[in-house]
Amino acid sequence: MYFDAIAKVISERTGRDVADIKPENTFTELGIDSLDTVDLLMSLEDEIGVEIELDQKVETVADLDKFIQSKVQG
Amino acid sequence: MLKGKTAIITGGSRGIGAAVTYKLASLGANVAVIYAGNNVAAENVCNQCKDDFGVEARAYVCNVSDFDAVKKTVSEIKKDFGSAQILINNAGITKDGLVVMMKEDDFDKVIDTNLKGSFNMIRHCIPLFLRSSEGCIVNISSVSGLMGNVGQSNYSASKAGLIGLTKSVAKEYASKGIRCNAVAPGFIKSDMTESHAENPLLSMIPLGKMGEVQDVAEAVAYLVGAKYVTGEVLRVDGGIAM
Ligand SMILES: NC(=O)c1ccc[n+]([C@@H]2O[C@H](COP(=O)([O-])OP(=O)(O)OC[C@H]3O[C@@H](n4cnc5c(N)ncnc54)[C@H](OP(=O)(O)O)[C@@H]3O)[C@@H](O)[C@H]2O)c1
Repeated sequence: MYFDAIAKVISERTGRDVADIKPENTFTELGIDSLDTVDLLMSLEDEIGVEIELDQKVETVADLDKFIQSKVQG
Repeated sequence: MLKGKTAIITGGSRGIGAAVTYKLASLGANVAVIYAGNNVAAENVCNQCKDDFGVEARAYVCNVSDFDAVKKTVSEIKKDFGSAQILINNAGITKDGLVVMMKEDDFDKVIDTNLKGSFNMIRHCIPLFLRSSEGCIVNISSVSGLMGNVGQSNYSASKAGLIGLTKSVAKEYASKGIRCNAVAPGFIKSDMTESHAENPLLSMIPLGKMGEVQDVAEAVAYLVGAKYVTGEVLRVDGGIAM
């Protein structure tokens, strides 16, 4: 589960309260475009200390969480 | 001017790429030279840059048309230099022939090296640029891509495609501080144009002669330094395509 780390980084970027960020939120709803999700992922890499290559589109916070889990597990 | 920056130059072992490598090194950039097989030439260019300008210079053998090989090479460069901020997509080949006689493989190889090779490099360098919040890409296109040329359908298509790629990348990454431009050389003296010395098109060059590799290198250096220029195609062609 990387939800907390993702929520933290989104909160830093958008100024939104961490408590207001839900797994089902889409990045569009959170005001983050597809290019910004790449940036977001880079901040996340620093946060969780692993390198992840975003090679598919992710719609929601939960999608990104799942994507990172799949990459980290190998 | 480019002190502390790292430039990756594909096809930096010979011709235009070697001149671009030398020019960027003269401005203080560390250089990573990618070449296809000519190890001696690549090492020579690197040694010259080190000796003349005291910059870091390394050669990497890599076929730019191979997506995975490019990925591996870019990550080696990242390891060796820490990061990179400049990419010059210069590696290119010709396999000329009339459309009616052109082999499928000759079409594919030219597109794979000139166009897909540039995409591969951009694809794997952009993450480095995003991390540095700066990046500058210069793609070496050709006037053939602007005007078309008899016997060069594959080459012209690859070079015109490179202009579309340049403009899309320029738009996609402008907001991230990454610029992307192209240079379109005309007839430049190099191994590639050795057989063109008698080409009748030469008499159509308004400036009356073939260009030197340094002429292209100067244009590349200009675009690297031109912080408010992106999505541009700069002709270095003695006026032939105006
Ligand atoms: N010369 C002209 O008049 C002219 C005009 C317009 C545009 N251009 C463009 O300018 C660029 C350079 O041209 P040039 O005349 O300097 O060519 P060149 O003298 O033939 O040199 C080609 C360079 O590309 C490298 N290369 C070729 N295929 C590669 C591959 N698959 N992967 C990695 N590297 C590869 C070669 O490496 P090795 O040394 O290892 O073989 C060499 O360094 C090309 O894109 C060309 O289309 C040239």
